[in-house]
Amino acid sequence: METPAIRCRELFKTYAGRPPVEAVRGIDMTVAEGECFGVLGPNGAGKTTTIEILEGLLPQTSGEVEILGMQWQHAAESIRESIGISLQETRFSDKLSVLETLTLFRSFYRDGITVSEAIECVGLEDKAQAWVKNLSGGQQQRLAVAAAIVGDPRLLFLDEPTTGLDPQSRRQLWDIIRRYGAQGRSVLLTTHYMEEAEQLCDRVAIIDHGKIIALGSPRELIARLGGEHVIEFTLTPNATTLNQQENGWTQVNHVTGSVYEDGCHRLTVTQPHLVIPQILSHVEQAGAQLASLTTRHARLEDVFVQLTGRHLDDTLEKQA
Amino acid sequence: MNPPVSGNRLARHPMMQLVLSRMREFWRQPAAVFWVYGFPLLMMVALGTAFRNRPVDKIPVTIVETSEAPAILKILQQDERFIGPGGGVEILSLEECKQRLRTGKTLVMISANASPDADYTFTYDPERPGSLAARNTINNLLQKAGGRLDPLTVSNNEVREPGGRYIDFLVPGLLGMGLMGGGMWGVGFAIVNLRIRKLLKRYLATPMKRSHFLGSMMISRLLFTVTEVLILVLGARWLFGVVNHGSFLAVALLVILGACQFGGMGLLIASRAETTETVSGLMNLVMLPMWIGSGVFYSVERFPAVLQMVLNALPLTPLIYSLRSVMQDGASLLSLLPQIGLISLWTIVTFALAMRWFRWQ
Repeated sequence: METPAIRCRELFKTYAGRPPVEAVRGIDMTVAEGECFGVLGPNGAGKTTTIEILEGLLPQTSGEVEILGMQWQHAAESIRESIGISLQETRFSDKLSVLETLTLFRSFYRDGITVSEAIECVGLEDKAQAWVKNLSGGQQQRLAVAAAIVGDPRLLFLDEPTTGLDPQSRRQLWDIIRRYGAQGRSVLLTTHYMEEAEQLCDRVAIIDHGKIIALGSPRELIARLGGEHVIEFTLTPNATTLNQQENGWTQVNHVTGSVYEDGCHRLTVTQPHLVIPQILSHVEQAGAQLASLTTRHARLEDVFVQLTGRHLDDTLEKQA
Repeated sequence: MNPPVSGNRLARHPMMQLVLSRMREFWRQPAAVFWVYGFPLLMMVALGTAFRNRPVDKIPVTIVETSEAPAILKILQQDERFIGPGGGVEILSLEECKQRLRTGKTLVMISANASPDADYTFTYDPERPGSLAARNTINNLLQKAGGRLDPLTVSNNEVREPGGRYIDFLVPGLLGMGLMGGGMWGVGFAIVNLRIRKLLKRYLATPMKRSHFLGSMMISRLLFTVTEVLILVLGARWLFGVVNHGSFLAVALLVILGACQFGGMGLLIASRAETTETVSGLMNLVMLPMWIGSGVFYSVERFPAVLQMVLNALPLTPLIYSLRSVMQDGASLLSLLPQIGLISLWTIVTFALAMRWFRWQ
């Protein structure tokens, strides 16, 4: 059997304190060689703690970790030679240039690609001589990825690589990560953007409160909703009777799930073209009127809502 | 396209790259360059000028307006210290004389026949530097003019040549102070800054050897020190003619020892600190007693004996004492073994503690 890129079993991490914080509570996962694996979850779910244990930066409280078939306590140096890491927030030295920063990082590795290859890979050729402090947020993040791949790693860890970036910079980074994965390398990335996971990852693990609550390919997870489409609609305020029958919609044919929230009905459905006419007739019978109606493909976000009853963004806002 | 890493194996060595990065960061930070190199030089110029041996110290005095005042004026003006800018005798009304004295514009106020049992009355504040000397000078001149004969002959030998002046005393002190500040800021502050930026953690995630990192910190410190010391020593030589009476090798050795000692101390202070506020506070806490008590600006012997015992044990005191002994008196390192031993002890202890406590993330 092929050696997996990452294998961890029964991973626990408890931070000492009063009360102690159980950040990771029993995580098992295996990332195959060549796979792009996403760890998804709201802030505080234990994503960063998990990834930092795998990166050898934090000791676990208990559990086993194997990176490329090696263990941290026996082969730390070999592991470090074969992995590349981008931390959640690293501020490289302001007054060093891109070229100088990468030359420094390259010097730490026995083998690797050349500095100019790394610069080319993340598309910073024009900025090679620019000081770090003069780079935009997206460029700095690309520099972080370049520093992660300059040692030519077999396994790349990216902790929230696109958090806080504008959509264009985000897409640029996605392209870089995709190209890297296309070379048969393994990637583990954490994110709280569902879209990012859908775009990049072969498989994702959704983490909440330090545990994996769902694992599979984005497509599988969405399929588990029972329907691949989502219909969202709102009614005029006088439609009180309809608004009160919260889960009544599941009795309608082809509707597999129903959530009523903030005046908006959200149905997961298998056949939107068959469900919509039924919605319209129900609304008419109740003497109400539609205020809005939209349909779209189901997203991982919907999976998270279905599993936890919360939105990823809600959790973010509450913590901010 | 640029070559991946220019140069040979040495240039590609992580230690070399770490040192290079430190140097580049430093040179690209004008404020840091000023505080490390410019400040000690400015301090030397300021203090050296303020305390330079002036040809003559002028004495400003006033004479209360009476019929005898012009006669006193004439006697005093035989001495050049009472003539010209900064000195000079003036005859003024009692009110004005008092006001001048109160505001510190004059050192002594002379009044003739002010009380029934004295020919002259000197009014002065004995706490003011120079006022007692001024009073005695005036007294001597007036007594001589009144007919006093000195029974003994004396000759004065004033030390003005390089080696015995205040600036000669000051330069080794500033050298020690620079080594202290440089070590603390250069190592301590730099490490805490890397920790805050999570760069320390990022380095740790690579195969970089910790010994390479710490070694590069020490090497760059020594390189900065060379420049720092050269600027100060050459500056003192050109501006004030301060010369080294001892061996240059001895001075160089002491400088290296001092740089290591305070590098270790900076490392110790930075071993746990997680904010720049903490580290600056700790540094000032450690450095302040040494600025005051380790003999930078004045001799430790000015403190009470009990306090001297404590001050002599501080890291900066033996360093400055040794530098001064070599540079001013040409002492040999052998005669300074106790001081060198103490410096080495501090170095070993701070490094050992720093290694034990150092937190990488």
